[in-house]
Amino acid sequence: MIEASNLDKFYGKFQALKNINFSVAQGERVVICGPSGSGKSTLIRCFNGLENHNAGKLVVDGIEVYEGSRDIRKLRQEVGMVFQQFNLFPHLTVLENLTIGPIRVRKKSQQEAEANARTYLERVHIPEQADKYPSQLSGGQQQRVAIARSLCMETRIMLFDEPTSALDPEMINEVLEVMVDLAEGGGMTMVCVTHEMGFARKVADKMVFMDEGEIIETAPPERFFTAPETERCQEFLQQILVH
Amino acid sequence: MQSRTKKLHWLDYVLLAIVLAVVAFIWYRIEGTLNYKWRWEIIPNYIVRWHPEKQTWVANLLLQGLITTIRISIYASILALILGIALGVARCSKNLAVRMLARTYLEVLRNIPPVVVIFIFFFFLSEQLITAFNIEGWARSIARQEDNGMWEFFFGDMRRFPSLISGVVVLALFESAFVGEIVRAGIQSVGKGQIEAAQSIGMSKPDQLRFIVLPQALKKVVPPMANQFISLIKDSSIISLISVQELTFKAVELVASTRAIFETWITTALFYFLICFSLSLLFRKLEKPSVTNN
Repeated sequence: MIEASNLDKFYGKFQALKNINFSVAQGERVVICGPSGSGKSTLIRCFNGLENHNAGKLVVDGIEVYEGSRDIRKLRQEVGMVFQQFNLFPHLTVLENLTIGPIRVRKKSQQEAEANARTYLERVHIPEQADKYPSQLSGGQQQRVAIARSLCMETRIMLFDEPTSALDPEMINEVLEVMVDLAEGGGMTMVCVTHEMGFARKVADKMVFMDEGEIIETAPPERFFTAPETERCQEFLQQILVH
Repeated sequence: MQSRTKKLHWLDYVLLAIVLAVVAFIWYRIEGTLNYKWRWEIIPNYIVRWHPEKQTWVANLLLQGLITTIRISIYASILALILGIALGVARCSKNLAVRMLARTYLEVLRNIPPVVVIFIFFFFLSEQLITAFNIEGWARSIARQEDNGMWEFFFGDMRRFPSLISGVVVLALFESAFVGEIVRAGIQSVGKGQIEAAQSIGMSKPDQLRFIVLPQALKKVVPPMANQFISLIKDSSIISLISVQELTFKAVELVASTRAIFETWITTALFYFLICFSLSLLFRKLEKPSVTNN
C-alpha cells in the first residue's frame, strides 16, 4: 500500500528525512516511534502529501506522490489522517464535521452521510454528542470525533500522527481503546506515530524506530521490545519503558 | 482590568460644568456676534411636506437625501463585501501574480485620499461604464414606464439611476480595499491545521475556502467589518462631490436656498448619527452570540 524508497526531505539546510526506505503491506499495522524531532511526523505527513519529499520515490495506494501532483486529491480520498491537535472544524457540529467530507468529496446524499456518521459515532462510543460543537467536548472526545471523521471517508489507509500526545493522561485510554478496536476489526491499513508502547505491543504487526531522520530499526513487536538490535533503540526503549 | 465606577465623583461634576460652560460660550458667540437668526421651524417642512395635489405627506429634500444615502450604503456595502472577499482571498493566493495585483490595488487605494480616488474612479470608470452599457438610456426607458414601482422602491427616481449606480460603484471600489484587508486578516487567523484537516479528507481548494476557511474567517472579523460599514456610510457623504443626490448633497442644496446653515447641518449630522449609531448597536448585539459560540 505504501512504498517509499530513498526519501530525502530538507527544511532549508536541515535534513529531516535521510534516505528512508519503508513499505507497508495491505492490512498491515505499523507503529513508528522514536525521540521527538526524529522525523516520524514528517514521514507520515509525506504519505498524504501534506509535506513533500525532495528526493526519492513514494507510491501510496498505487498513486505516486510528488510535489504538485494532480492526483493528490484522489490519493487523499483513500488516505485518512488523524492529527495530534485533532483539527476539528470548530464552526461545524460534530455531525457536520463527519458529513462534510462524504457530502462534498464523495458526493453522498445528506441522509446517507448522516446515517453513516451516526454508525461511526457509535463505533467511537459517543453517539450522544452528534449535535454539539467541538469546543463543548473533552479532548478525548474530540480526538474520537476526529477518528470518526476519518472513518466516515471509508479510506483504505489510516495515518495517526501522535493521536494521544495532546491529551490529558486520563483521556488517553479512551482514544487508545477505539484505536485498538479499529485495528482488531481488521482490513484497515494503519500507520501510527505514537509513544504508547502498550498500544504498539498490542496491535502492531511491525515496529519502526526512527532517530535523526533515519530508520534505525524495523522489527516485529516481540523482537523489538525484547531484543532490540541497535544501541539507540535500546536506549530509547529504556527511557520510555522505565515508568 | 480596573473596575469602572458608576457613581459620579465631585471632579466629574467640575468636568461636566466646564463642558457645559464651553457649549454655552459657543452658543453665546453664535447668538451675539454672528447675529444669527434661528429658524428651526422651517426644517420639518424640508423633511416631509404636505403635497396638496396628491393629498399626502411626501419626502422632501432631507428625507429624500437620507433615503438615497441608505440605499447607496446598502448596495455599496454588499458590493464592497463581495469585492472585498475576492480581494482578501486573492491576497492569500499561492499565485504570485494574483497576489501582486491585489496588493497593488490595495496600496493604490490606501495611499490616495478618498476624494481624489472618487473623482478618478468617477471620471475614468463610472462615466465610461455608463456610456458603454447605455445605462442612461435604459434607466430612462424604465422611468417612462407606468408600473415601475418596484424599480422606484429599490433605486428611487430612475432618471437619477446612472448617478446612483456610479456612486455605489465608486464607494464600493474604494471601501473594498479595506474590507479586503480585514478579510485577509481573518483568513490568516484560521489555523494551518484546519486547512490540513480539510486537505486530508480530500476537499478541493474552492471547497476548503467555502466551507472551512471563509466561515471561520468571516466570523472572526465581524467587529472590524461592522466598523468598516459604518465608515462606509460616513464616507458616502464624499460622493456628493460627484453630484449623487444623497444626504450631504441635499443639505448643501438646502443651505444654498434657505441660508439656514446651522439648522440644516445639525439636522444632517443628527441623521448620520442616527443611522450609524443604531447600526453599531445592532452589530454589538450580533457580535455577542458569535463570541460565545467559540
